[in-house]
This record gives sequence, C-alpha cells and structure tokens, in this order.
Amino acid sequence: MISFNLLIAVSLGYVAFLFLVAFAAERRARRDRGQWLRNPLVYTLSLSIYCTAWTFYGAVGYAARSGFEYLTIYLGPTIVMIGWWWILRKLVRIGKTQRITSVADLISSRFGKSTALGVLVTLLAVAGTTPYIALQLQSVTQSLAVFAAQPGSGWDAGEFEGAAIWIAVGLALFTLIFGTRNLDVNERHHGVVMAIAVEAVVKLFALIAVGVFVVWGMAGGVSEMLARIDASAIADWQPVPHRWVGLIFLSGAALLTLPRMFQVMVVENADEKHLATASWAFPLYVLAMSLFVVPIAVTGLNLLPDAANPDLFVLTIPLATGNESLAILSFLGGFSSATSMVIVATIALATMVSNHIIAPIWLSSTQTGAALSGDVRGVIVMSRRISIAVILALGYLYFRLSGGGAALASIGLISFAGVVQVLPAMIAGIFWRGANRIGAGTGIVIGFAIWAWTLFLPSFGAGAVLSEAVMAEGPFGWGWLQPYGLFGITGLDPVVHTVFWSMFFNTGALVTLSVLTFPNPIERLQGAQFVNVFENSAGARTWAQSAARAEDLLIMAQRIIGHAEAQAMFRQEARAQGIDGYLPEVTPDLIGRLERMLAGSVGAATAHAMVGQLTGSAAVSVEDLIAVADETAQIVEYSNRLEAKSAEQERTARALREANEKLTAISIQKDAFLSQVSHELRTPMTSIRSFSEILREGEIDAEARARFAGIIHQESTRLTRLLDDLLDLSYLENGQVQLDLGRGSLADVLDRAVMAAGVPGDRLALRRDSASERVQIETDLERLTQVFINLITNAAKYCDADRPELVIRARAGAETCEVDFIDNGTPLDAEAQVLIFEKFSRLADEGKAGGAGLGLAICRQIMESLGGGISYLPGQGGPAFRVTLRHRARMAAQ
Amino acid sequence: MTGAAPEGRRRVAYLERGTYRQRRYRDAARILPLFATVLFLLPLFWPWDDAPGVRPSVTIVYLFGLWLVLIGLTALLSRRIRIDAPESENPAGVAEAPEA
Amino acid sequence: MGRRVLLIEDEPNIIEAISFILSKDGWTVHTHADGETAVDRVRDGAPDLVILDVMLPGRSGFDILRDLREGAEAAADLPILMLTARGQQRDRDMAEQLGATRFMTKPFSNSEVLETVRALAAP
Repeated sequence: MISFNLLIAVSLGYVAFLFLVAFAAERRARRDRGQWLRNPLVYTLSLSIYCTAWTFYGAVGYAARSGFEYLTIYLGPTIVMIGWWWILRKLVRIGKTQRITSVADLISSRFGKSTALGVLVTLLAVAGTTPYIALQLQSVTQSLAVFAAQPGSGWDAGEFEGAAIWIAVGLALFTLIFGTRNLDVNERHHGVVMAIAVEAVVKLFALIAVGVFVVWGMAGGVSEMLARIDASAIADWQPVPHRWVGLIFLSGAALLTLPRMFQVMVVENADEKHLATASWAFPLYVLAMSLFVVPIAVTGLNLLPDAANPDLFVLTIPLATGNESLAILSFLGGFSSATSMVIVATIALATMVSNHIIAPIWLSSTQTGAALSGDVRGVIVMSRRISIAVILALGYLYFRLSGGGAALASIGLISFAGVVQVLPAMIAGIFWRGANRIGAGTGIVIGFAIWAWTLFLPSFGAGAVLSEAVMAEGPFGWGWLQPYGLFGITGLDPVVHTVFWSMFFNTGALVTLSVLTFPNPIERLQGAQFVNVFENSAGARTWAQSAARAEDLLIMAQRIIGHAEAQAMFRQEARAQGIDGYLPEVTPDLIGRLERMLAGSVGAATAHAMVGQLTGSAAVSVEDLIAVADETAQIVEYSNRLEAKSAEQERTARALREANEKLTAISIQKDAFLSQVSHELRTPMTSIRSFSEILREGEIDAEARARFAGIIHQESTRLTRLLDDLLDLSYLENGQVQLDLGRGSLADVLDRAVMAAGVPGDRLALRRDSASERVQIETDLERLTQVFINLITNAAKYCDADRPELVIRARAGAETCEVDFIDNGTPLDAEAQVLIFEKFSRLADEGKAGGAGLGLAICRQIMESLGGGISYLPGQGGPAFRVTLRHRARMAAQ
Repeated sequence: MTGAAPEGRRRVAYLERGTYRQRRYRDAARILPLFATVLFLLPLFWPWDDAPGVRPSVTIVYLFGLWLVLIGLTALLSRRIRIDAPESENPAGVAEAPEA
Repeated sequence: MGRRVLLIEDEPNIIEAISFILSKDGWTVHTHADGETAVDRVRDGAPDLVILDVMLPGRSGFDILRDLREGAEAAADLPILMLTARGQQRDRDMAEQLGATRFMTKPFSNSEVLETVRALAAP
C-alpha cells in the first residue's frame, strides 16, 4: 500500500524539482539573455495551463455524466487558435507595442488609459478567478483523500485536511520568489514559464499513461475499446444543441479573456512567430489531453461501483487494479495541473491588483509630484508581493468557507462565464475604433451584474445567498427576473442562459452607448493605435508640448525600471538624436516611448499619470486634438519612406547644429585657453622670480631664507607638474601615447588609486562594493589608476556635503565594465556637465583648490585611448562620473 | 516597401506573384476557423433520434479525425505565412475611410 | 605722509613676496584676497595706494577697478597699480581704459614694483 510518507516525499521531491527547474531557467536566462528559452515549444507548453486540475480530473467525470460534451471545452480554444490570424496575432502585437501587462491593462489602455476601467476589470478577474483557485486546492485535497481512503494507508482524514493550507503556502512561496523577480514584462518570468512547460509535459504524460493502460492494458486494443464504448452508457448520449454551441463559444472566449491565459499567451510571448507554431501545436496538445478521456470514463463506469466519484477515475482505476506507481504518476499529473494554474493565475491577478488598484491609490496619496519622491520600484514590487499573498489567501478562504462541497465542482464553467464579460470590450477594442469607454464600462458592469445574479450567487445553492422563493419566482415576485429564467426563458441550461443574456446586454450596451456618446481624445488616439496596429507602428502622439526636463524623466524612469535599463534607454535615445551623453531632447516621441516602457512595469494608466505629472499637462492640447482628427487621413497618405527621410534630416540637422555650436565654443575657448596657460605659467614664475631676487640681495636671516627657498622649490614643482600635464594632454590628444597593457583585477586598481589619492577618511568616506569589483581587465593599469586617483581626489576637493561620502560602484557587462563614482555633494548644473571635461574648466570660485583644471580633460583622453570613456551621469543626487572600460582594451590610434 | 524593385520587369513580376500567394494564404488562414466551426457543429444535425442512433465510436472517429485534419491544415498554413511581411502592398487599400 | 598700501591678491606666495619687499622699504602693507568685498575694503581702509590683481576669486579685478573709478563714492584720485599674469595687449588696453594708474605684468622684478609704488604714492 502507498504510505502517507511516500506520497508526501514524492510531492515534496516534485516541488523541489520545480524549484530547481525555475532556478536553472532564471540563471540560464540571465546568462544568455533568454535566447535559449525563447522557443516555440516552451511557449506552446506554457499555454497548457488552460488544462487545470479541473480538466485533468474533471474531464473524465464530465464524460461519464454527459458523454462527448466535455469536448466543447477543448473545441472552443481549438477554433480560436486555428483562427490566430484574426484575433490572437493582433492581441500579441498590441501587447508588444503598447507594453500591455494584463487583461485589465489592455482594456484600460485601449479606452483612454482609464483607471476606472482597470479597477473594474481587475475586480471582475479577482471575482472570477478566486473560486477557480479554490477549486485547484480542492482537487489536490480530494486526490489525497483517495489515497487516504485506501485500506491500510495508515492515516486518517484529519491529516490531509490541513494539506490545503500547506499547498497554498508552498505555492505562495514559489510565486513570490519567481513571480516578482523582474518588474518589466520585457524581462519575462523565465523561471515560471519553464516550470509551467515542464508541468505541461508531466500532466500530459500522466494522462496518456493512464489512457494507454486502460486501452491496451485492460481492454486489449483500440477496436475492443471502441466496442466497449459502443456498449456503454455513453451510447445513449446525444448532443443538446444549445449547450454544444454555447459551451464551444464560452470556452473559446475564455481562452482569450482568462487572466492566466492572457498572461502566458500575450504578456510572456517573446516572439510573434511562436504564435504561428502554437496555432497548431496547442490544439494538438489539447487533443492529446482529451483523447483518452472517454476510454477512461467507460472503463471506470464498468469497473468501479456505482457510488465511485467519476471525477477521480483517473486515480481510482490504477489503484483498483493495484497499479500503484501509475497511481502516483497520475497524482503528480493532477498536482502539476493544479499548481501551474494557481501560480500563473496568481501572478496575472497580482499584476492587475498592484497596477490598477494599489499603484493609483499610492500615486494619488503622494501629492508631492510624480515619482520624484520615494522609490517607486520598491513600492511596486512590495505591492505585488502583498497582492500575491492576499489572492492566495482569498483562494484558500473560499475553499474553507465553501466547505469543498459539490458547489465547487461546477465552478469551472461559472468562472469562465464571469471572465468572459471582458470579451465584447476586448474584441470591439481591437476591431472597432468607435468603441468608447462609456460603452465598454457599462457593458462590463451590466454583464457582470447579470452573471452574478443568474449564475454566481445561485451557485452557492438555493437558500444560501438567494432565498428559494427568489430562485423560483424572482425578486418581489417579478418572474421576469428569475435567476435561471430571465424574461421567461427557462428552457436553457443555467450556464448557457447566463452567457446568452450577459453577452447580449453587454454587447448591446457597448454598441449603443458607443454610438450615442463621444470618446475623449486619448481614447480616440488609443483606438486608432489598437485597431490599426499593423498599419501604424508609430507610437501614440499624446504629448505635443511638454515642459518636462530630460533629467527629471530619467530620475523617474530609474526609480521604476531600474538604473541600468533607464540609462541604457536614455543613452540610446540621445544617440538616435545625434546627441552625446544621457540626456536626449524631450520630444513627444521620446515621451511616448518612455511611457510605453514604464507601462510595462506599472500599467498604461499609471504610467500615463506619472509622465503626465512631470510633463506638466495631464490634459490634452489643441495640437493633439488636431492630430486625432488628421490621423485617419494621415495613415492613408503616410509614406514610411518620407517619415524615415525627415527623421534622418532632422537628425543630421541636429548634429550639424551641435557641431556648429561646438566650433564656435572652441574658437572662444582657444583664446581663453592661451590666456589660461599664460596665467597658470606666470603665477608660479612670479613667486620664483621675486623670491630668488630677495635671496640674491641677501640681508635676511637664515629662517626666512630657508622658507623662501622652500617656496621657490614648491612653485617650481607646481610649474613642472603643469608642464607635464600639458604635455601629457597634448600627447593623448594627438594619439601618440604608448599604452602599457597589462592584466589585473579592477579591485586592485581601485585599491592602488585609493592608496595613492591618500584621502583621509574624515575628509571623504569611501563606500565600495568589493563583490562587484571582482572583474579581470586587460588595459593600461597605470593610466587607469591615474583616472581613478583623479576622480577620488576631485571628490575629496569639491564635495561640499557635511559628511562627504563617495560611492564607487562597478558593474560588469558582456564586453564593457562600468565604474561609477558618485559623491553626495551638490550636483552639477546642465551647463557645467558639458564644460567639466574641457581644459582649465575649474568650476567657479574653487581657485585655491590647486590643480590647473586639466585633470578631467586628461581622464577623458586616457579613457578614449583605452577604448572606453568617461561621462557625467546625471540624476544621481550628487556629482557622478561613469568610467566605461572594455574588458580588453582596444589599441586606439597606434 | 515590396513593390519598389528597380531592376527589370521579371523581378517585379516575380515579387508580385509571391505577394499574391502570401495574400491568398492569409485569406485561407482567415477562412479556416469558420469552416472549423461549421464542421464542429455538424454532429448536431446527425440522426440521433432515429432507430439505431449514432454509435459513439463514429462520433469519436469523426470529431478526432476532423480535429487532426484541422491541426494539419493550420500547421501547413502557419509555416507558409510570413508573419513579419507587411500587411498589404498598399496601405491605402486597408485603411479605414476617415471618420466624419 | 602716506605709507599705507592695500594689496588685493589671492596667491599666498605672491602676497608674501610683495609684502616682504614693501615692508622692508617702510610701507605698511594690508592684504585682501577676496574679489567680492574688495571695494568695501578699499573704502574702509583708505589706503594711499592699491595694488590690484586681475584674476581674483569672486570678482574680476577689472570690475573692481571700474567700481572704484566710477562708483557712488568714487575714489577717482587713488593710485591703482594693476597686476596680471595673462599679459595680453587686450588686458593692458582694458586696464588703461578703466583708469588704472599703472599696469604691470607678472612676473615682475622686485625693484620695478618698489619703484612704481614709490612713484605712485609720492605726495
């Protein structure tokens, strides 16, 4: 007999294996940027979370009770996948271009980035999904109960009753670890997706194993099996037309609207081409899942007593025939179906709750203006973690309160009918530009209400929420509002009845109100963006004029998507405009792209609100209105080539303008340079000449003589150093310098620089991260040390904080390594940021600090000759310099 | 875009034929789910109430056979379709008329 | 009998050199290193002669000169010796235009400075 301990050991081992798979996938993804995980097979397998424990166990029960009707649950999705060219392809493209994070985000974003719609869809999804999570917990406890009921299992009912809570806790842990690692959807949940893909294989294998056992092991072949089926109770089955049609529609629609399906299908999609593969591979998967359902059901009906629960045939048949290892495999199949569904559904819901409920509340509660205050990234990750815990707790609570009874068994279809209320808004949103917010919102509210009244509330049983009188005669005796027979139509199955009326009024309200009311400009813009996603790949032009400064935007972006990503994006934008450094010109294009990037982390509505706070105008300008009106005409006439050309011209013009400004500045600087050199040389000269004359005249005491000689010595040293610097710079500028390449670790170079700089700790406290410095580099180590010394002594000299502090942070990339020097003094203003690397560019009134202002100019030349660079890093709260170096120096200009 | 091949007539003709074929594949991909729906609803019109009824084995063979054929056709089409090719040679042909 | 010189200069070594030379000759030397407050210092101290450097922290020597010559309580007759290390003709012209009594380029010889001071501060 299978002992309790063995079963627990197998489950724990399986869970540990999943953790391992997820960890390995995350590691791998970090190393090769997820290339290895981006393959259509993994994508297709991840879609299999459509098949939950409800289908793994329930399909056989369904077939035992209602014959082939169980197939409708798979035929609907098959039709939708076969028709991928219509809807799915468009959803995936929109998801990518608009950085959609969830169903709620899609609806909210399409209808004018509306916060209210986001909240509405989120609530709907939570209401529709929580019971479904409860259902998964129930299926696992029930399957454990099957083993417990075996004679000699040695455990009593009380032991597995508590199992549900441990399962919930374990799932919460897994989801917390792998679900909130990355904030941006671009960095997908590799670990989770890989684990789901593995689970997909496990459950398919388990079900097929049971099926093969039943067909070939017990019946003795395909034709015998078919004969047995023909002789069974299923032979009496005939399709109920309205259920057949209604359920195919319902399951197809659910594939599009279930939050977890949207998550794996659209959000986690890495490449549109994967969808092409999934279009046939996913139907093949569900076909394989359903192939053996009828044979198993027939065998169970023949083999087991009438009282046996057909929902558990998949487990009880192997147990009854003494096939214990098959039973355990089957148990694992059901277990993996349940866990994968719960994990993905929880991630999807947590994203919605955090982006559409918590983030807007937090945003409106901090009046201090945009994301400039506080660490948004931290807040979002935390809110997502809390959401995950709350959602799982809700699922568990629902499971406890509903008592795990028969009320749960029917929840699968009820849940489908709930989430499907999003369908009209979704479909209209991507195919009909005229659909607007008022129509979509009203439609969803009405559909939701009908669903609650006619299906969800009655599902608790007559007399539980709705009294029996209401169930039978309608509220206040109004028969036309009777839950199972609206408007006197009582001949329909309750689920189909609900789907019919809710879809009818939902769509009706959507169409009517969209026709009668006017959308706001953002809605019209988004409408055009969504509907014409294939023709019009340019971003939403929502911000015509803006007062935002690039640095503010950078600061905000850093807080949300992380420093490295934000800086990379800004640098790329600046380069595309032909500007050096991290601060591009703030164009509407830039803002549009930034907003979409942020939307990937916090959802469209929140991103829009944040950028809106910074850009100064949350409202839409006249230019935007004109843009909307002209848009349709423009799309027709839009020539991509013209657009590319004008962008090119603009870029060239900007580069020329910048070059011109630079030239003018240089000629002014040349004069200034000569007079500076003169000044720097003559000043020490003056002291030397004067004191040497004094010494020559004699008549002074010995003490004064020593002192004056000392001054002469000191000033001539200063003179020599200056000449050295000038020569050094001139060599570097002409590329005549000899590089002395050597190997060493970054940490050693920094150690040497810190030592040589000799800055006392009370003048400047150093904060280093030794782990990040373990990088091997091949470069001119002496020169690099010189650069670091310069940056450290500069910080020591100029940092004006009460407690000067310098953070040195290294970050190794694939080819280059970045070392940031950030102190806590006053940041440089924009003008100084440009000038600081010029020769003799000491900043105002620091005349006495020594040095002729050549240090950073030399640093820049050194880094350039080493094939790297040095730049000022804005938006760090203090003066910050970034040294970029290659792991292997390129021999420049030799 | 695709139509802008400067060298000679032959090349233009070839390109247009390729584009034409692509568009027909896309048409087929659009039509296929409609056929699938009709065929999956077909069993509703079978003679269930007549004397011998319909044997379940027939239902199984029909539904799963049809299913497999549809999967095969979809696989064929999804391999032929170039998903990243432009939607149409002339955007004017598909864009909506300006809204009033 | 005016023997007081105000030296407005920011390089400590040059201050020491000039102070030494003039003290030995019997002058009382006051020094001031900040450009911004230099004008007030001249008014309060009422020196017999001012030696003014061009490159000062806070404010250019030319600006100070202009204020002294044209400001509200203009010290029109005060002898002012300008010192500069830049030594371009443009600086010389500028100093003349603004009304410097004498202009001298660094490095200078000690005797040159001493003679100029004696000549300018002659009663």
